[in-house]
Amino acid sequence: MTELLIKGTFDTLYIVSMSTLFALIGGLPIGVLLVIWQKNGIAPFVYGEKILSSFVNTVRSIPFIILIIALFPFTRLIVGRSYGIQASIVALVVGAIPFVARLVESALAEVDEGLIKAAITMGATSWQIVVKVYLVESVPALIRLVSLTMITLVGYAAMAGVVGGGGLGDIAIRYGLHRYQTDVMLLTIVIMVIMVQLIQSSFNFIANRQDRRRP
Amino acid sequence: MIRIENLTKSFKNENSRLVALNNVSANIGNGELLGIIGSSGAGKSTLIRHLSLIEQPDSGTIWLDEIDLFKLKGRDLLRMRRQLGIVFQGYHLLEQKNVYENIAFPLQLVKMSKTEIKKRVDELISLVGLNGKAQAYPVQLSGGQKQRVAIARALASSPSLLLCDEPTSALDVVTTKSILDLLVEIHRKTQVTIVIITHELSVVKAVCQRVIVMDEGSFVEDGSVKQVFTSPKHEMTKLLLGYQEGQL
Repeated sequence: MTELLIKGTFDTLYIVSMSTLFALIGGLPIGVLLVIWQKNGIAPFVYGEKILSSFVNTVRSIPFIILIIALFPFTRLIVGRSYGIQASIVALVVGAIPFVARLVESALAEVDEGLIKAAITMGATSWQIVVKVYLVESVPALIRLVSLTMITLVGYAAMAGVVGGGGLGDIAIRYGLHRYQTDVMLLTIVIMVIMVQLIQSSFNFIANRQDRRRP
Repeated sequence: MIRIENLTKSFKNENSRLVALNNVSANIGNGELLGIIGSSGAGKSTLIRHLSLIEQPDSGTIWLDEIDLFKLKGRDLLRMRRQLGIVFQGYHLLEQKNVYENIAFPLQLVKMSKTEIKKRVDELISLVGLNGKAQAYPVQLSGGQKQRVAIARALASSPSLLLCDEPTSALDVVTTKSILDLLVEIHRKTQVTIVIITHELSVVKAVCQRVIVMDEGSFVEDGSVKQVFTSPKHEMTKLLLGYQEGQL
């Protein structure tokens, strides 16, 4: 059983970190576009912003467990099957991209508007404003966003266990629920609580260290 | 030489039309130290937005030597903006970057080499009197020090015009004096054209050679500080002077 739980823990960590990574790769550019395409943004493109925003809202409004099932054909296309670790990652990434995009959007919205104006008057291109002002100024918020995404995905990954997604959630459902092994159920919960605490505190530590606005 | 020529700008609301700039014209010679003063709503902010090339006029234009600034597009516009240095009331520094990196910012935009940047930034840090503060972050600086960083940043790309938008309005009296002294010193050393836009009479009196008084979108007086303030002609100038005396 110990072996099972250790494997489950590592599987969950793998699923969560890989999906966070891909969700960031997908969500960061979308979040940036949501900000700069706004009517008052640095590269206004109102229709683009509206389309992107409704896509984000649509995906976010689908309950995750339904999304996993709805994505089965797509998942099969990408990784060859609709269950297991790889399949979980596909579903989690699709579910998390809009989430990350909104978090990035709100992180960038916190950047001082006057500073953006100042950068424009200094002759910065839109690309330079994104890379050298928006992203640089929101580094602490972006680091916190990574931990928020990871923690959300720990929960979502457990949900993927319902359809054989691998990791701790899978174990909790197969052993804890279906075979009435309450001890397994409790242990998976304990492990996940510890996992969430560790993610939260380590990323908070990094974010605080990177935050130059603290005297 | 900067020539503001019949510059007009109005803003339309649903049922009202506000004329923010009403056919204003003025010449600003190279190396001048000019103050533009007016109460709030006089059109100062709109003028600044035009001088900093982030707003298009309804009609009229601004010439820099032989260049019509509002005909510039794309790359040319970016290049021209880089030749203007602007100091803002609210500093607007990068909070996540230290003093050195903030001053280097405009130079990085034009992809200057690291060694050249270092040379230029070191010069500027000592010019604005921030020696030893290169590694400090804005949060560790006082208001006056932040404005020094902003001035150094505005001067980084060796602009032909240094535009100061209410540069001391967020500062106390003592700090205001030190920032104004700095501007005068910079003017003496570099002969850069400086335009200070403010609502504070004392600022204009302390540093400027020439003053333009703005009221309701127009330039109502234009002359040497001495002449305008000793024999004011327009009601607004008298009001500004009277208000000041009443305060003292």
